[in-house]
Amino acid sequence: MATLQFKIYRYDPDKDEKPYMEEVTVEREETDRKLLDVLVKLKYKDDSIAFRRSCREGVCGSDAMNINGKNGLACLADIDDLKQPIVLRPLPGLPVIRDLIVDMTQFFKQYHSIKPYLINNDHPPERERLQSPEDREELNGLYECILCACCSATCPSFWWNPDKFVGPAGLLAAYRFIADTRDEATNERLDNLDDPYRLFRCHTIMSCVDACPKGLNPTKAIGKIKDLMVRRLI
Amino acid sequence: MNKNTNLTIRKFDAIIVGAGGAGLRAAIQLSESGLKTAVISKVFPTRSHTVAAQGGVAASLGNSEEDSWQWHMYDTVKGSDWLGDQDAIEFMCRKANEVVVELEHYGMPFDRLDNGKIYQRPFGGHMSNFGEKPVRRACAAADRTGHAMLHAMYQRNVKANTQFFVEWMALDLVRDGEGQVLGVTAMEMETGEVVMFQAKATLFATGGAGRIYYSSTNAFINTGDGLGMAARAGIPLEDMEFWQFHPTGVAGAGVLITEGVRGEGGILRNSAGERFMERYAPNAKDLASRDVVSRAMATEIKEGRGCGPNKDYLLLDLTHLDPKTIMQRLPGIRDISIQFAGSDPIKEPIPVVPTAHYMMGGIPTNYHGQVVLSMDGRHDVVVPGFYAAGECACASVHGANRLGTNSLLDLLVFGKSAGEAMVEDIKAMPTAHRELAQGAFDKTLARLSRLESQKSGANVHEVGLAMRRVMQDHCGVFRFPDMLAQGVARIIEVEQQVRVTEVKDKSQVFNTARLEALELDNLIEVAKATMVSAEARRESRGAQAREDYPGRDDANWLKHTLWYRDGSRLDYKPVQMKPLSVDSIELKTRVY
Repeated sequence: MATLQFKIYRYDPDKDEKPYMEEVTVEREETDRKLLDVLVKLKYKDDSIAFRRSCREGVCGSDAMNINGKNGLACLADIDDLKQPIVLRPLPGLPVIRDLIVDMTQFFKQYHSIKPYLINNDHPPERERLQSPEDREELNGLYECILCACCSATCPSFWWNPDKFVGPAGLLAAYRFIADTRDEATNERLDNLDDPYRLFRCHTIMSCVDACPKGLNPTKAIGKIKDLMVRRLI
Repeated sequence: MNKNTNLTIRKFDAIIVGAGGAGLRAAIQLSESGLKTAVISKVFPTRSHTVAAQGGVAASLGNSEEDSWQWHMYDTVKGSDWLGDQDAIEFMCRKANEVVVELEHYGMPFDRLDNGKIYQRPFGGHMSNFGEKPVRRACAAADRTGHAMLHAMYQRNVKANTQFFVEWMALDLVRDGEGQVLGVTAMEMETGEVVMFQAKATLFATGGAGRIYYSSTNAFINTGDGLGMAARAGIPLEDMEFWQFHPTGVAGAGVLITEGVRGEGGILRNSAGERFMERYAPNAKDLASRDVVSRAMATEIKEGRGCGPNKDYLLLDLTHLDPKTIMQRLPGIRDISIQFAGSDPIKEPIPVVPTAHYMMGGIPTNYHGQVVLSMDGRHDVVVPGFYAAGECACASVHGANRLGTNSLLDLLVFGKSAGEAMVEDIKAMPTAHRELAQGAFDKTLARLSRLESQKSGANVHEVGLAMRRVMQDHCGVFRFPDMLAQGVARIIEVEQQVRVTEVKDKSQVFNTARLEALELDNLIEVAKATMVSAEARRESRGAQAREDYPGRDDANWLKHTLWYRDGSRLDYKPVQMKPLSVDSIELKTRVY
């Protein structure tokens, strides 16, 4: 058993005039491996601390937060890797609802704006559409996104223009459909992004790549979209 | 506003509670039909627990070798230990190809074979030619099938313009004097506002309740909300004693490791390095049904052949597989193993234990997803306006034990059929909504005000922990008569505590403490139904393995349990042995 020191961003608009950092400690048991394990324990002590969580295995994307200055998932963050006091803040750049819970409306709005669904107006065949393993391989590194927003919420371009710049998560999703041989709307998708803000606000800072808890590379996908834009001009 | 109640009333043609696989599949049907539909979910849809399904979805596409829905049906009936209803099972297996192909058309990124067709892998209990030898039937997207499926269906709903109420928690099912379902009350988490969602048709697709157990593969959100709401509204819960313990949860953490690992060639070993499944299931070995493998593992541990300093886990060995296979077909479980077991399966085996995973029982439905009651000797009395699909429902296709990959199939087939039934039924209804009776929200308001004003009450976490411990210790893989009897008494004690839980946090804004207290109200109904039903069933069948009654007893127990909350009363109804079009699959001893 060891005592862990925390500094946690607290804000409940129902009672707090403004946000503050609260210093708290929690006893870590041997079986506590991940940050989420101890956060759940912290909530046993003080049931007012609010955060989202669900699958606790890094696949649902609920518990994204800013952990010691870096965006990540609490359920995948090894306690042993975290310097104390462990400083927890809500994802930056998104409005705070309460404590570690942010309003993700703008993030999802951008995701929805790229038409995140397969577009193919041919009458579907009776059986599955065929796709070669090589063509399917093109979707690896794209379809695994869990929409946690770690990437977009670490991107300065998204912080400044969340209403205009699609952001790394949305652009990754856009390329996921462009890259799919079954999708027929590449031109339409490129038109949708051909805008000084929607796509071209990405300045290849690559902080999204660093933040992605699934090891995905939105910058690379964005680069490929930009290539296609250029290629269709010539 | 309604004068009697102070609740805002929002009216829809249809509401769906839950945005996992079943809810989203039904939503596609309803939205595309043009009906005014609301989907209410505790979490953003892609955070629903379908996202964590790994190995595959069953369909006899026969892409790699000959397969047929009749073989799939046979395997499902046998897997269910003959407790599954054969009409519903035939319906599901016959529809499998259609719903999987539809999913592919929605854009689901299935893995592919060289000929471009959907990749299929072997799975537990999937056999060709009526139980002869393993067959590749599980359609997979690497080991992220649930994730790929849930996202594809959410995306299809974005296209269909489905209206979502995200981060709203449904509180109670509202029925009128004649028993017709009129909708649900629900709370918006962000504001604490409670609203009546009124509809002509209400679908529960609220998923499982694995959080009744101490050690579970399930997400925090799997708290049986639909079952709790149904039970409080007088609907019985069916076959609740049947809980699947998945053979391979990561020891200690509980996180799921797909059966697909064994499908790709992984082997379970004991402390002596022995492939012990050869002794328990000489034919199917590591790919026997889950209940069979979990019992074998529990026996190995009980008899001292477990691994580690406490001899309390077994090893899932993949080290003999080509690392390329692991990287290509099982990348997600490699990540999980590194993250939660601290071992890279390419180099060393994964420590695993049987872990509570799936609820075979649930809200009784027919194969159209309509909720049914037993009345005056009939067992198919439809509750007007009420539907259930997915894990929260009991059609019953899984009977006493579910086959791997049949859960994703279940939510597709019955999500769709429930959606279709709702569209049909709504068409036949009057245009106006039915009258909400005075006091329709009393139950909800009473629960909330009790919680609001509770002083010197019980701690939600401590009561929840007590419940999970009782369930784990008294109602696990093997069940003992004295432990079950004590378990019933203990769970009733816990229930008393649930009635007086206290929440310190009084905020109206995203009060997660209050949500957890409300979830516990649902969990306790599921826990009690499980323990009472298990105690009463004096036989061993599928996932119910009793030490005092080791054999299946078809003469006395080939029947479904119905648990009623009122007085914790039990009743039974016959198993439907007659399929829709083919011959009945006759009772047989179940060997793998």
